[in-house]
Amino acid sequence: MITGEDVDHISWLASIKVSEEERAAFVASFNSVLDYFHQLDELETDDVEPTYRVVDLTNVFREDVAKESLSQEESLRNASRMENGYFKSPRIV
Amino acid sequence: MVMIRELQEGLFAGGSAEEMINSLFEKIRRSRLNAYNHIAEDQALERAREFDRSPWEGSLAGVPIAIKDSISTRGIETNCSSRILSGYVPPYDAHVIERLKEEGAIIIGKTNMDEFAMGTSTETSYFGPTKNPWDLDRVPGGSSGGSAAAVAAGEAPAALGSDTGGSIRGPASFCGIVGIKPTYGLVSRYGLVSYANSLEQIGPLAMDVEDAALVMEAISGHDPRDSTSVKSEGGYLSGLNGGVEGLTFGVPKEYFGEGVGEGVDPEVERSVWDAISKLEELGASWKMVSLPHTKYALAAYYIIAMSEASSNLARFDGLRYGLRLGADQDWHSTFSEIRAAGFGPEVKRRILLGTYALSAGYYGRYYLKALKVRTLIKQDFERALSSGGADLLVTPTMPFPAFKIGERIEDPLSLYMADVFTVPINLAGVPAISLPCGFADGLPIGLQIIGRHFDEVSLLRAAKAYEDATPYHEAVPKEVI
Repeated sequence: MITGEDVDHISWLASIKVSEEERAAFVASFNSVLDYFHQLDELETDDVEPTYRVVDLTNVFREDVAKESLSQEESLRNASRMENGYFKSPRIV
Repeated sequence: MVMIRELQEGLFAGGSAEEMINSLFEKIRRSRLNAYNHIAEDQALERAREFDRSPWEGSLAGVPIAIKDSISTRGIETNCSSRILSGYVPPYDAHVIERLKEEGAIIIGKTNMDEFAMGTSTETSYFGPTKNPWDLDRVPGGSSGGSAAAVAAGEAPAALGSDTGGSIRGPASFCGIVGIKPTYGLVSRYGLVSYANSLEQIGPLAMDVEDAALVMEAISGHDPRDSTSVKSEGGYLSGLNGGVEGLTFGVPKEYFGEGVGEGVDPEVERSVWDAISKLEELGASWKMVSLPHTKYALAAYYIIAMSEASSNLARFDGLRYGLRLGADQDWHSTFSEIRAAGFGPEVKRRILLGTYALSAGYYGRYYLKALKVRTLIKQDFERALSSGGADLLVTPTMPFPAFKIGERIEDPLSLYMADVFTVPINLAGVPAISLPCGFADGLPIGLQIIGRHFDEVSLLRAAKAYEDATPYHEAVPKEVI
């Protein structure tokens, strides 16, 4: 069973602030969805390998060649806060 | 109805691309469907005038195409129908957009979708739902609902969508058109805003199989910028008229009757059986097959998709693009508030559940378990489609016709149930097409044909043979004539 405290913990991990009303709604819908997911418990899968990808490609390499990339101006165009040609982030420390 | 080939004939006979595109824009402005988030009027008309001055060559020369709003278009706003990306204008084109332009196409606008492609009805869009042109009270399917509604209503001759768990095929089915989910790896995902990257592919929506094949031919092929992209053999158009003689269709018993989920609507089931009889009449044979793990596909799909979403959508923090609110606080509070205001309820639900499924102590129970079940589902398809088995599988695309706007949105599980026949295909990575095969109370029904990995040629050939022998793709919604 997912509780209100679980929702708080998950929302902290996911960096999404959850309001009081959302919290109650999420508790209810998470429990019904997770109940549905639990039907997978019926399947015995100890000897089954997980599938991470469906195409048989591993370690695709390319030559390390310098190519043209976006200009600084183009890269910054969608940012709302900048300083001296950099993205301006909130305070980290 | 607007078709690529008819438009091209018009242009070839001296018609003006500018006039043709202007008349589409006129239609879009009058439309009640809400199929488009943005129309690229200036860019499209400028390119059309250039074309009229000196026409260029290319398989899609002068052809207007609509693009789902999850695919990056240089200079045209791309916001995935989300508030958090409102105003974002990509500085580069997705690989598929480069390819369409190289073939001479003209991008006319960006279509509405479920927010970040998370939905089956286009109701989770921040900009309001798109309406189904066959019945304005009903959903067009999702998540590529805007693309499907635009094509069905003649607001574009073709469109691109993306399909993570049915997001091209579902809307194609609900809107009575053709939609293709290519084999995983056939079309580069470079420039597609990721939702669940191990499952999704970009593909075409069009009025008939030949138009869809024309777009497929243009967008498929190797791109080193997507490490899962493979070389394509092409040949989709040249192989189109091979007929179905000698092909064996497998009919998976789990996709009929009470089967899985809520079961199948009797009208849908009848239309699909009629289609199977038609294929037999055309010289194919069929046999019942079993995909025994079908009932577990939906749970495995949603666990994997939500887990991947929680990781892929971590990049949206308002720093480099998108929504930024008031004064900054410490970084965690700032990002948490931007994400709370920028994401809608379904996107939050999937990110949070995905975060839970990947969190310490639950990884084995949910995510790893789902990946193992994915193996079992993939093996089901390999067995059914192995040599000596079936060449192709045939099923309904959706278990029921288009439902009413508001009917399922309040109950997430009932909405997820609509994907029961489309998600197994993404888990297995095989290609599938949806095409019209009948009507129930005036609403279109979709037939799903599923192929072996990279055998799009057989898939398209079978679809074309069926389409040539039936009238359903010619029907046009009354609302839009």
